[in-house]
Order: sequence, then structure tokens, then C-alpha cells
Amino acid sequence: MEILMSITVGVLFMVATYLMLSRSIFRIVMGLVIISHGAHLLILTMGGLQNGMPPLLGQEAANYTDPLPQALILTAIVISFGLTAFVLVLAYRTYDAHKTDDLDQLRGTSDE
Amino acid sequence: MSWLHSVVLLPFLYALMIPFLYRYVSRIHTGWFVLPLPLILFVVLGSWLVDISEGETMLYTLSWIPSYGINLSFYVDGLSLVFGFLISGIGALVVLYSIFYLSKTRELLHNFYVYMLLFMGAMLGVVFSDNLIGFYLFWELTSISSFLLIAFWYQRKKSRNGAQKAMLITVSGGFSMLAGIVLLHSMAGTYSIRGIISQAGELQEHSLFLPAMIFVLIGAFAKSAQFPFHIWLPDAMEAPTPISAYLHSATMVKAGIYAIARFTPLFGGTGEWFWIITSVGLVTLFWGAVNAMKQTDLKALLAFSTISQLGLITSLLGIGSLALAVTEEAETALYTTAVLAAVFHLVNHSTFKGCLFMVIGIIDHETGTRDTRKLGGLMSLMPISFTLTLIGSLSMAGVPPFNGFLSKELFFTSSLSLEETGIFSAGAAGLLIPAVAWVASIFTFVYSMILIFHTFRGKYRPRRLEKKPKEAPPGMLISPAVLAAFVIGIFFAPNVLAHYVLEPMVASILPGDAGDFSIHIEAWHGFNKELFMTLGVIVLGSILFLTWKRWKGIFTLFPQVYTLNNAYSSGILKAEQAAYSFTNIYMSGLTRDYIQYILGILIILAGGMLLFSEGISFRRIDVSTIEVYEVLLAVGLVAGALTVMLASKRLTAIIAIGAVGYLVALFFVIFRAPDLALTQLVVETVSVALYLLCLRFLPEFRFRETARRVQIPNLIISLGVGVLITSFTLAAQGNKLFPSISVYFEDSYELAGSRNMVNAILADFRGFDTLLEIMVLCIAGLGVYSLISLRMKEKRDDHEN
Repeated sequence: MEILMSITVGVLFMVATYLMLSRSIFRIVMGLVIISHGAHLLILTMGGLQNGMPPLLGQEAANYTDPLPQALILTAIVISFGLTAFVLVLAYRTYDAHKTDDLDQLRGTSDE
Repeated sequence: MSWLHSVVLLPFLYALMIPFLYRYVSRIHTGWFVLPLPLILFVVLGSWLVDISEGETMLYTLSWIPSYGINLSFYVDGLSLVFGFLISGIGALVVLYSIFYLSKTRELLHNFYVYMLLFMGAMLGVVFSDNLIGFYLFWELTSISSFLLIAFWYQRKKSRNGAQKAMLITVSGGFSMLAGIVLLHSMAGTYSIRGIISQAGELQEHSLFLPAMIFVLIGAFAKSAQFPFHIWLPDAMEAPTPISAYLHSATMVKAGIYAIARFTPLFGGTGEWFWIITSVGLVTLFWGAVNAMKQTDLKALLAFSTISQLGLITSLLGIGSLALAVTEEAETALYTTAVLAAVFHLVNHSTFKGCLFMVIGIIDHETGTRDTRKLGGLMSLMPISFTLTLIGSLSMAGVPPFNGFLSKELFFTSSLSLEETGIFSAGAAGLLIPAVAWVASIFTFVYSMILIFHTFRGKYRPRRLEKKPKEAPPGMLISPAVLAAFVIGIFFAPNVLAHYVLEPMVASILPGDAGDFSIHIEAWHGFNKELFMTLGVIVLGSILFLTWKRWKGIFTLFPQVYTLNNAYSSGILKAEQAAYSFTNIYMSGLTRDYIQYILGILIILAGGMLLFSEGISFRRIDVSTIEVYEVLLAVGLVAGALTVMLASKRLTAIIAIGAVGYLVALFFVIFRAPDLALTQLVVETVSVALYLLCLRFLPEFRFRETARRVQIPNLIISLGVGVLITSFTLAAQGNKLFPSISVYFEDSYELAGSRNMVNAILADFRGFDTLLEIMVLCIAGLGVYSLISLRMKEKRDDHEN
């Protein structure tokens, strides 16, 4: 399972990198979203998979899944949501102001 | 900390106070506050004089990085003490002079004095450091403070260029010095100069001995403006005159001489050392004197004259190093005389050249020009300045009764002494060395005369001058007058100086028996070769000076294109152009390109590390069981992601990215993370709603970036990143270095009252994290709100207008 997850995470990172290298703002935002998915799964995989019950006490389990990565990921999910929302609005405002979503055209004056 | 440490560190501490003094006590010229410092230093150093002259030394060490053998250890012997006297003594005179030279109201005095104190401290550090790393540190600091002082009038282009040139040449020399220091350390295993010198015998056999010597010499030559590094010194004359007098004639340019003298016990006595130093010194002596004659700017004349005189001292040190190679007592004494001449001339040069620089500064200050073609006939207008110039110039020309005569005679004696020697085939050069020395002395005489007569004699042409010349204020004349008094005083009582100052200096340059002797300098030696050489200099020099107008045309024959200066400036220009065009190749101005570079380098470095490091294995992965539906989910996730990547319609991409998000939530369920799954589901739902909103406002994708035209370079980079992440994940699986700390959280019910461990972590154990996370969300929310509402407001304003 770990090997499978490692490959999946790798693919997610690859897709995200490819999207972030493109010219359209919206694709870059999607790259950000996918890279955070990849990072979450990566942290989870690192913590070790499937060796216990969900980290809820009172289930009388012999051992629980590591709760620390989960807590980290929970924070990360919320923050990446905030970031996504902000960047989407920023993309929208940029397009609204400059009438283009092409980063090559948004690069400022030529004599920079 | 010791007295010695305070001496070096005091200027730095004092420099910190200067800006405040300048700011809050602006009625008094800041120089008056600076003046006591060098005077105190001078007195403190003076109190050590008697002990040092009796052969004692002092060593104090302050630990800095002891594990690497790097300490601030300061050492006083005859050589460093005399340099200390020059630095503090001439420093005091220059500060006094600058008070009258620099206007209180128009100049940035705080900058000036801060830089100057910085230099003073650094220079004291250079001469007192025993640890080579400390030595190097202070060495470069003198270059930096010199740069700042040359560019003091930074509004002028020439000042900036001169400063840059000085900086580039001296700091590059410094790097070479550092290389030499590193080599010395690798040979001797210590950074202490005395420690290295004590192993001199063994080190001379080492294969790195010669490279170390050459590196150290390049550094010293660059600093002391020896040929071919001398080109920075004339341009450094753009500095205010007090600085030219202080840094660029009396002290900083002598740091290279100091380094040569300091390393003589180590390198001296070898043929390479003798030949390199003597020949470079003689070439510099000659070339500087030739160039000085053609200058029309008085300061440039003095600059070339300084170069030439530094060459003289260098060549004397070269000849003197032979004392370490010979064994016969009579011969040793002969070469010891050369070292004596070197240190004697070093002191003399500081006095007469400092005096001359200050007088030239006065002329510049009072007439508004330093051009010999405009000046003339100032003798009756500025009688005191004239007298001082006369004393300084005649001393420089080597005429009695001034101190320059004594050291010039000793110079002739030393150059003649080479004739008889058999060592290092120095005798083969025969009369060449004394001949060069003699001809250069004639030129020295000529330019000294030019200095006197073209400025003070000849026709007075008031219309060519910017100001009406008058004698300078007395305060300005004090400093050069003090130096001129030394010029004469040393001539009449050279043996006082010799006993207290020169003997300990020679003793530290030539350790052991060679330096153990007493000196007696006399003005009159009877009718010998040296006297006839001096007479010849005076006679031929006068003839050449009187016919100067007839032959000065030969200077224009030499084409400007082939000068070192030209080579330097075109080199700088070409280097700039090359750097510019190279930078233009990769600096596209597109963030995307830069991210590509960063990722590419990351892949190469991190991937290379993974490949070549032995400690990482992929074998010890404890694989957990795998079910068919899990494989299907993973395939679905990959397919969804690839769809996002290749989608040519926005709607397809949005649906696919939603699918990816929900599949991640399912994975959270499988991996026993119910909280994550819930959060992910909620967040994903809201996010998809947001994407759909953007569907309405953002344009359709560009054709060229979608499935039909995959960007190959981007794809390669992203594939690299993907492979890298996968391999890192796998590698990390097999290399768990620490046990998990999560057992701690199983007490969450007792500690935090929550049965849900994840919640307990978020709300209690790492509550601050969560608080800040909420803050991030708030900021993002405010950002979103303001981005939207500001636009509304603008539109409304537009509408109203």
C-alpha cells in the first residue's frame, strides 16, 4: 500500500508542477490545489498506514493510528482552502483589471 | 582584553559615537572630537617604546574561534610599534589638518570621520595581529575603508571610478593573500605568524612554499601599488587630500611593505624571494619616477612619486633579505644595512610625503587648482607653504640637510653592495641594479624640482586661478610644519631614531644574529662612491630639469592604447558586457522560467544525493496489505489528476479536480482519519462552488497548453519532480530515525478531556497553531472581501463621475 501511495503522490506532484508551469492563471490555481492534496497524502503515508483503529479513545482498541499527522493535515486542509479562495478571487480581479489571464502578458513593462 | 586590544578596538568603538556628536554638537567641527583619540593612542604606544627598544615583545590573545585556531592575538615588536606610531601620529596630524581642510557646513563630516576611524582601527589591527586570519580581516577592512574614503565625494564620477578601481585591485590582492595564508596554515598547522616563522627551516623544503610565497607577495604588491598593480593609486587621488596624505602615502600603502617585512624571516634567504622583490621594487621605482615627471596634476605627481618610493623600499627589503642567506659576518652586516635603509626610508618617506601632500592640499584649497600649467609664482604669496614644499621636495630628491639624503645614501650603499656578492647570482646583474637606482634617483630629483618650481616660481597668472591665492590659515599649516620639523630633525639626530626605532625594527625583520647589531648613521662618510652618485644626481637632475621643456615631448610618443590603465578599463568594460549578455540569456523576466530553474536544480541536487548517498535504501519498507478497491481508488485519483492536467475545457478540469478532492476524502476514510474525511468533504464542496463561480468570470483555456500540445520542457521538469517525490517517500519509509511521539496523545482524555485525539491536539496541545490558523483564514477572508468590494466601489465611483 505504501508503494502504491508513494506513486500516487508522485503523480499528483507531477501534475501539480506541470499545471503551475503553465501560462493561464486558473490552471496555476488548480496546480496549487492538487499539490496540497499531494502533500496531505504524503504526510499521511509518512505517518504509517492502517496500523490501528481511528484515533478515537474509548473504542477499546489495541492500538490507534498516529493522530499527529492527522492533526497537521487538518490544519493544512483549512489553510489551503483559505489560500485557494484568496487566489481564485485574485485571479478574477487580475483578469478583470487587465483583461487577460496570460501570465506572459501580465509581466509588466518591457524595459524592466 | 588588554591595553593592546583596547588600542586596536578603541577606534571602532569611537566611530560609533561620531554620528551622534556630528548630529547633536554641530556647532563644533567634528574633527575636534576625533583628534584626542590618535593622540591618546600615540601616547600609549609611546609608553611602550623603551621596553620594546630593549628587545622585549608583548603578546596578548583573545579567543575568538579557538577550535579552528583563530584568535584575536595581538603582538607588539619593533616593526609593528613603528607602524603604530605612524598610524597614530600621522593620524593625529591629518585629523588636525582636516579640521581646516573640510568645511563644517558643506561636507558630510560624520561619514568622513567614521570611515577614517574605521581605517585607523583596521590598520592598527593589520600591524598588531599575530593571527593570520585576524590579519587578513583587518587587511581587507583597510581596503574597504579606503574605498569609502576615496568615494567620499561620491557625486563625482571620477571619485566613484577611482574607488572602484582601488577596491577591485586591492581586494583581489587580498584574496591572493588569503590563498597564501591558507597554504601557510596547511603547511605549518597554525595561523600564528610567530608560530609559522619558528618553523621557517622546515617549511622552506615544503612543495607549497613557493606558491604560498607568490600568493602572499601578490597581495602585498597590490596593496603597496607595486608594478603592475600600481594603476589604482593615481586614481585614488580623487580622495580628499587629508586622506591621500594619510592612507595613500603614509600608512595604508605601506601595509604591503609591512607584510613583506613581516614575512621576511620566513621567506627571506631564498633566491626567489630576493629576485622577485628586488626586481619588482626596482621596476616600480623606475616606472613611477618616469611617470611622475610627466604629470601636470600635482597630486598625480605625488601619487607616482609615492609609487616610486614604495618601489625603492621594496627593493631594499629584497636586497636586505640576503642577510638571511649569507653566513659571513661582514656580508651579513652589508645586507642588514639594506634593511636598515628600508625602514629608515619608510619613516622618512612618511614624514616628507605627508608634508608634501598637505601642502599640495593647501595650494588646491587656496587657489582652486592643482594643475602645474595654471600655477606659478606663488612664492611671495604663500611663503610658508613654499618653505614647507622646499623642505619636503628636497628631502624627496635626496639633498642634504634633510632626512631623505641619509636614506638615499644608504640606498646607494646597499645597491652597490650587491656587486660583490656571489649569492643567487645577484652579482651577475652587475651594475644594473645600482644603475637603475641611480637613474631613478635622477628622475626623482627632476620631478621634485618640477614640484617646487612650477608651482612657486615662474609667472604668476591670477586669471587662470579660480580663487585669489593667499597663505593658508595657521591651523592648516601646523601639521605639515610638524612633519617638516621631523624632516630636518631626523637629519641632524638620526641616531636617536636609529637607536629607539630602527634597531628594534630591523631586529624583528631579521631575527637571530643577523639583526643583532647597533646602527650608526652619519651624514658624512667622506668622499666615497655614494657621495659621487648623489652629486651626479644633483648635477644631471638639474640639467634635465632646466632642459625639461625640450624633451618632455617624448612622453607623448608612448601610445595610450598600450597602457595598463587602458587594459584595466577595457577589461572592466568587457567583463561588464559579458556579464550583462550572459545574464540576459537566462533572466527572462518570467516567473515560470525561474521556477523551472529552481525545480531543475532541485531535481539534480536532491536526486543526485539520493542516487549517490549510501545510507538510503528502498528495501526496508514494511508494506501493509492492499485491497483491490484501494488500487481502484488510486487509479481513479491518478486518472482524475491527469484529466485536470490535459483538459482542454474548463468544465472538464473543474469536474476532474472535484473528483480528485472527493477521492482524497475517501482515502482519508480508508486510512482511519474520520476528521480529515469530514473536513475534506466540506472544503471540497465549497471549493467546487468557487471554481464554478470562476467559470463565469475567467476565460477559456488557451489551445496551445492543453492535451493537443503538451509542453515538453514543462513535462520533463514535472516528471522529474514526481519521480523525485516518489523516491523520497519510498526512501523515507525505509529510514525511520526516531520512534513516533504519538503515544503521548493517547492520554488525551486525562490531559485534555477529549476522546478524539486529533481534536485534542488541535484545540489543546497545539492550540496556538489553531489560533494562528484561524487568523490566516481571517486574513484570507478579509483579502477576498476587500478585493471584491473595492472593485465595486471603484465602479460606483466611475459611474458617478
